Amino acid sequence: MVIAIDTADDIVTARQAGRELATKLEFSLTDVTMITTAISEVARNISKYAGRGRIRLGVTQRNGRRAMLVQALDDGPGIADIEQALEDGFSTSSGLGLGLPGSRRLMDDFEVESQVGDGTTVTMWKWLPASA
Amino acid sequence: MPVPILKQGNYLIASIQAAMSDADAEQLQDDLMDRVGRFRSLGIIVDVTAVDIMDSFAARSLRTIAHMTNLRGAETVVVGIQPEVAFAMVQLGMTFEDVHTALDLEEGLAFLNRRVADRSPHDRA
Repeated sequence: MVIAIDTADDIVTARQAGRELATKLEFSLTDVTMITTAISEVARNISKYAGRGRIRLGVTQRNGRRAMLVQALDDGPGIADIEQALEDGFSTSSGLGLGLPGSRRLMDDFEVESQVGDGTTVTMWKWLPASA
Repeated sequence: MPVPILKQGNYLIASIQAAMSDADAEQLQDDLMDRVGRFRSLGIIVDVTAVDIMDSFAARSLRTIAHMTNLRGAETVVVGIQPEVAFAMVQLGMTFEDVHTALDLEEGLAFLNRRVADRSPHDRA
C-alpha cells in the first residue's frame, strides 16, 4: 500500500492507513499508537523537507522475522549527515529534532538511506505479534 | 476540521478530535489567542481525550498555545492524554514539563479553579 504525501493533510491519511493495517495485524493498542506516531513523524519529514513523497506500508520478512514495514520515500534534498540527523535535538527545521531518533525508538528496526540532492528513504520495521 | 471551542464562564474549553491536521493545530492557536482577548478568559482547557496519536508537531502546538496564552494572562491545562499516547510520547522523547496536565476535564477544572483563586484581588480575577 502506498500513500502519496503531497500536502501536510496527507500526513493524517498516512497515519490512518497505518493505524488500520497495524490493527488488522493484531498489534496491541500501545504498539499501534507507537507505529502510528512513527508514521506521522516520517510523513511530516517528507512534507517539511522534501515537499512531497510517499509512504509505503506492508508486511515483510526482516532478519527471518515477519514485520510490519513502514517506508518513507522522497526525492528531496537528502540528508548530508545521517549520524547527526539521528541525534536527539538535531534539526535543521523548526521541529523539536525528534523526528528520526524518536521514530527509531518507536519501532523495532530502522534504516536511513540518503544522498544529498537525491532524496531520502527511511525504512522501519515492527515485529509482528506472535499470535499473528 | 477546526477544533470546537466552548466558553464556560471564565474558561475556554477546546476539544481536539482524533484526526487533527497541522492546519487545524495552527488554526486552534489563532482561535484561542483571539478568544482569550475577546472573552477575557482566565483559563483554557485543551481536551485531548479523543486524540489517538500525539506526534512532535501536535505536542509543540500545544506547548505554543500554553506559552502564548500564558503571556496573555490565561492558564492552560491539557487534559485526557490517553495511556498509550503517553507511552508513545515518552518513547518519542517528548516532554511536557512546562505544560500543566490533568487526568480529565473534571481535574482540569479543579486545577484552574485553584489557580484562579490563588490570584490576588489586584489581578484580573
